[in-house]
Amino acid sequence: MTFRVHVRVMPRTGLLDPQGQAVEHALAALGFEEAGAVRVGRAIELDVDAGSKDEAEARARLMCDKLLANPVTEDYLLDVEED
Amino acid sequence: MPRVAVVRFPGSNCDFDTLRAAERYGSQAYFVWHRDTDLRGADVVILPGGFSYGDYLRSGAIARFSPIMQAVQRHAAEGGPLLGICNGFQILCEAHLLPGALLRNAGLTFVSKPVDVTVEQTDTAFTCDYEPGARLRLPVAHGEGRYVASPDTLRMLEAEGRVVLRYVAATERSPFQPNPNGSANHIAGICNPAGNIVGVMPHPERAADRLLGLTGGSGFFTSPVSSHQDSSNARVSSNEVG
Repeated sequence: MTFRVHVRVMPRTGLLDPQGQAVEHALAALGFEEAGAVRVGRAIELDVDAGSKDEAEARARLMCDKLLANPVTEDYLLDVEED
Repeated sequence: MPRVAVVRFPGSNCDFDTLRAAERYGSQAYFVWHRDTDLRGADVVILPGGFSYGDYLRSGAIARFSPIMQAVQRHAAEGGPLLGICNGFQILCEAHLLPGALLRNAGLTFVSKPVDVTVEQTDTAFTCDYEPGARLRLPVAHGEGRYVASPDTLRMLEAEGRVVLRYVAATERSPFQPNPNGSANHIAGICNPAGNIVGVMPHPERAADRLLGLTGGSGFFTSPVSSHQDSSNARVSSNEVG
């Protein structure tokens, strides 16, 4: 079975996120003063062939730990859906 | 004369400067391609600056898995001198050969200018020719040079004297702004506990030629030659005794 895996990688809470700050300033400059606490991360999507949804998630988690996210500075969220 | 392998990744762009600096200060330097699996008898390995794999995903994240990196890891595990400059430092962190990570500069801009640093640790393969506390002027050129590590890791690096280079505050003699990227503890370079693996954000290879104005970086290329001679002499004398 093929599963579509959505990975959301975000800078770890508490770490300075200068990109998020710059976007927040730009939003404020456009008049969106209500926007705050902006953070910029990365979204990755991939197909994973696996026998079950659990297996697909376990493999995707391994991919995140090894490559897709940096364990020192980033956290990630996984969402697995059946294709 | 030590054999210095300069590893080229697709996107390396300080490879020739590094090769020539190594040659200028007494090494036999040659290139190794990232798809190679053999360091061809290297005594010293240098990962040069640049934008390996276009900095895709994260700087150094993909280069870390290049075929040559297995040989590089073996070389380092056996105590071989390994220097990462700029993108090379990022690769060493991604490969977990050095702790921490290098993130987007706090000011968001790419910073390309000379900075002043002090050499805080001279008991490494690449800084043993410097006097402790020596102040160097070296160019930096990076967008992602903000050194980040957990509070525990930072405490360990400081306690173990593993901060090799630190950005220094501006003085009358040094007009350059300190800490160009927001690095934790003003860290510009670190080493592993044994001192054979060193990573630095500034470019010593761009400050190692009188013709180019700065020569403060030359110690990074003379130091491995000095230690190589010492170990060769030690081998000779132990052979004589034997």
